[in-house]
Amino acid sequence: MEIIKMPKLGESVHEGTIEEWLVQVGDAVSEYDPLCEVLTDKVTAEVPSLYDGVVKEILVEKGETVSVGTPILKIETDDNTSNGEDTKIEEVEDKREQTKESVSSSAQDKKERRQTDASKPSGMRISPVVMRLASENNIDLNDVKGTGALGRVTKKDIEKFIASGGSNKKQVQETKAEERVIDNVQVEAPKEVSHLKGSRISVTGVRKAIANKMTQSVNEIPHAWLMMEVDATNLVALRNKHKENFKKQGVNLTYFTFFIDAVTKALQEYPILNSTWQGDEILVHDDINISIAVASDDNLYVPVIKDADRLSIKGIAEEVGTLATLGRSNKLTQSHMSGGTFTVNNTGAFGSVQSMGIINHPQAAILQVESIIKKPVFINDMLAARHMVNLCMSIDHRILDGLVAGKFLSRVKELIENIDPNQSNL
Amino acid sequence: MAKMTYLEAIRDALDYEMGKDNDVFVLGEDVGKKGGVFKVTDGLQEKYGVKRVLDTPLAESLIAGTAIGAAMMGKRPVGEIQFAEYILPATNQILSEAAKIRYRSNGDWNCPMVIRSPFGGGIHGALYHSQSIESVFASTPGLKVVIPSSPSDAKGLLISAIRDNDPVLFFEHKKAYRFLREDVPEGEYTVPIGEVDVKREGDDITVITYGLCVHMAIEAAERLKDDGYEAKIVDLRTIYPLDKEGIMKSVKNTGKVLLITEDNLEGSVMSEVSAIISEECFYDLDAPIMRLAGPDVPAMPYAPPMEDFFMVNPDKIYNKMKELAEH
Repeated sequence: MEIIKMPKLGESVHEGTIEEWLVQVGDAVSEYDPLCEVLTDKVTAEVPSLYDGVVKEILVEKGETVSVGTPILKIETDDNTSNGEDTKIEEVEDKREQTKESVSSSAQDKKERRQTDASKPSGMRISPVVMRLASENNIDLNDVKGTGALGRVTKKDIEKFIASGGSNKKQVQETKAEERVIDNVQVEAPKEVSHLKGSRISVTGVRKAIANKMTQSVNEIPHAWLMMEVDATNLVALRNKHKENFKKQGVNLTYFTFFIDAVTKALQEYPILNSTWQGDEILVHDDINISIAVASDDNLYVPVIKDADRLSIKGIAEEVGTLATLGRSNKLTQSHMSGGTFTVNNTGAFGSVQSMGIINHPQAAILQVESIIKKPVFINDMLAARHMVNLCMSIDHRILDGLVAGKFLSRVKELIENIDPNQSNL
Repeated sequence: MAKMTYLEAIRDALDYEMGKDNDVFVLGEDVGKKGGVFKVTDGLQEKYGVKRVLDTPLAESLIAGTAIGAAMMGKRPVGEIQFAEYILPATNQILSEAAKIRYRSNGDWNCPMVIRSPFGGGIHGALYHSQSIESVFASTPGLKVVIPSSPSDAKGLLISAIRDNDPVLFFEHKKAYRFLREDVPEGEYTVPIGEVDVKREGDDITVITYGLCVHMAIEAAERLKDDGYEAKIVDLRTIYPLDKEGIMKSVKNTGKVLLITEDNLEGSVMSEVSAIISEECFYDLDAPIMRLAGPDVPAMPYAPPMEDFFMVNPDKIYNKMKELAEH
């Protein structure tokens, strides 16, 4: 049996709210599978499973806020993967059994304490003095038996714990040993590919986050796609007219800026695209925060232009420039990347003319701006050379149907095509 | 050492200081011939004469004003206000004059005056005869407000108050007058003003209180002992200015504190004690600061069950102590 605890989702984050359970009791989960969505004051994140196994018990209800380190889920780990490992675990547990007897029931106490935690209405209450003593002495309060109201750890409890520190340290070591055994099982699992030769790139950090996020999005969201061809000739003319002038002011005026602006305006008219699926309800956001993709050498960041509807073309252009610079130098922080409600992706930047984007979970849609290409088109039965661009959009079909998505995309098209190329003020 | 009641200890202090210092004199309503309505000054006029034990008209403002004038001229008057509620007509003299004389005259003048007055409930006195009014004075710099909880403290603190060179209000719990009796040092005996006193040691919870509640708290603490908890009982003794160091020290070893006053809860002396603790001892607290006090109703009720409802008593204290200990 393994316990999943509320992870620390950033500096200065001490508690998190279970936004949604993504698993139920009895579900089989693999390592890295998302277990739940956690909302902190900074970010919404998924808590991945650390083990392969079956969900045994959910300890914290949806909507509850608990402090970092509070057990939230019990997983029955898969003991049958290898008999050898199995006995090892048993040995450890046997040893633990003995320790329990010799160290006068402290292990059992710990178990009881965890159960108390689970039945507690609002997480663990920690008084100022207990918090101070715990941090001064480096104590995990989950290891201390509480005798106060609702199982609270009192000052006397922690003082007693500090005074008799030795026995409890032993127990921590036992737990660690057990975890290591489980880890070994995990590493050996993908045997079929291990005989192929090649260099190995460990999946960590941002790469891992991207992988998880993409997998979650594809698994969870039923994607639908549509594409429209847009005449960007006026846009090209307008941009070329102002480009130099902007450059003098230190602002890089890109085509992308105009697309963000058009999308923002269209979102105001079709707010349902600016929403999030929440199971039994759809949350339509008040703010329009546009996520944009910024790639550095091998990482992809999705920083956010907050309140894009309140920015001018120049404001958007500046914001895109700032975020792109920060992204390329790997200086974006969590606060730059949280709060997005709709994503506009500049796939045209690397020459793509068509793509099927994966929605930036938990948003409702993503719009990809492809390369602007000059080609012959018929206008009033006459051939003309026009700058054409494909706008590709992926939508969450749970929230959006083709009709509203089509109307929205048409509106974006209309806004782009109706740009006045002679406009002198941006 | 002699066994004395709280009342006798106060009389002993007056007698001792009057015998020692000719500048000390007593004034108040019925304090002379009658010896005071509670008989605190009984026999003093016979002993020291009508010029040192003055029966005044029924005018509290006059008692305070006369005392202030005499004090400024070098006497050491001890005024008596018959019941603490009656002090209100004299508040202008006390707050605006006595408390400010040293400050206003840039230290040229001072006012070594004491005003004694019985306060507190539990004696079926109803309104006008049962109130706690110390909080009216407990925020006026320039004044000292003293409330002794035991006969010994009453004697030692009253002598210190008379010898103090600034005005001191000395409130005596009227239920304690004949209810408390203990060995009191004879002759010269002083207790410093401005220092708390630990009346009972304990390491589970700290109870801070003053006046008659100290005894109720000690009684409750003895019961709490059977539940396996030891309560430390701290007597403020001087409620203005407060002994911050003493309060902080008494809270830090337990981290759990219960504040008790017979006064109405809101804006009481304990509100300030609570503020000091949360400002100075936050990282030593193991539980929310708890208070036990009279309800916020206008006055002490007359009907006995209603008076019981209003008054703090050992049962109420015990229950609150247990709640805190178990937190």
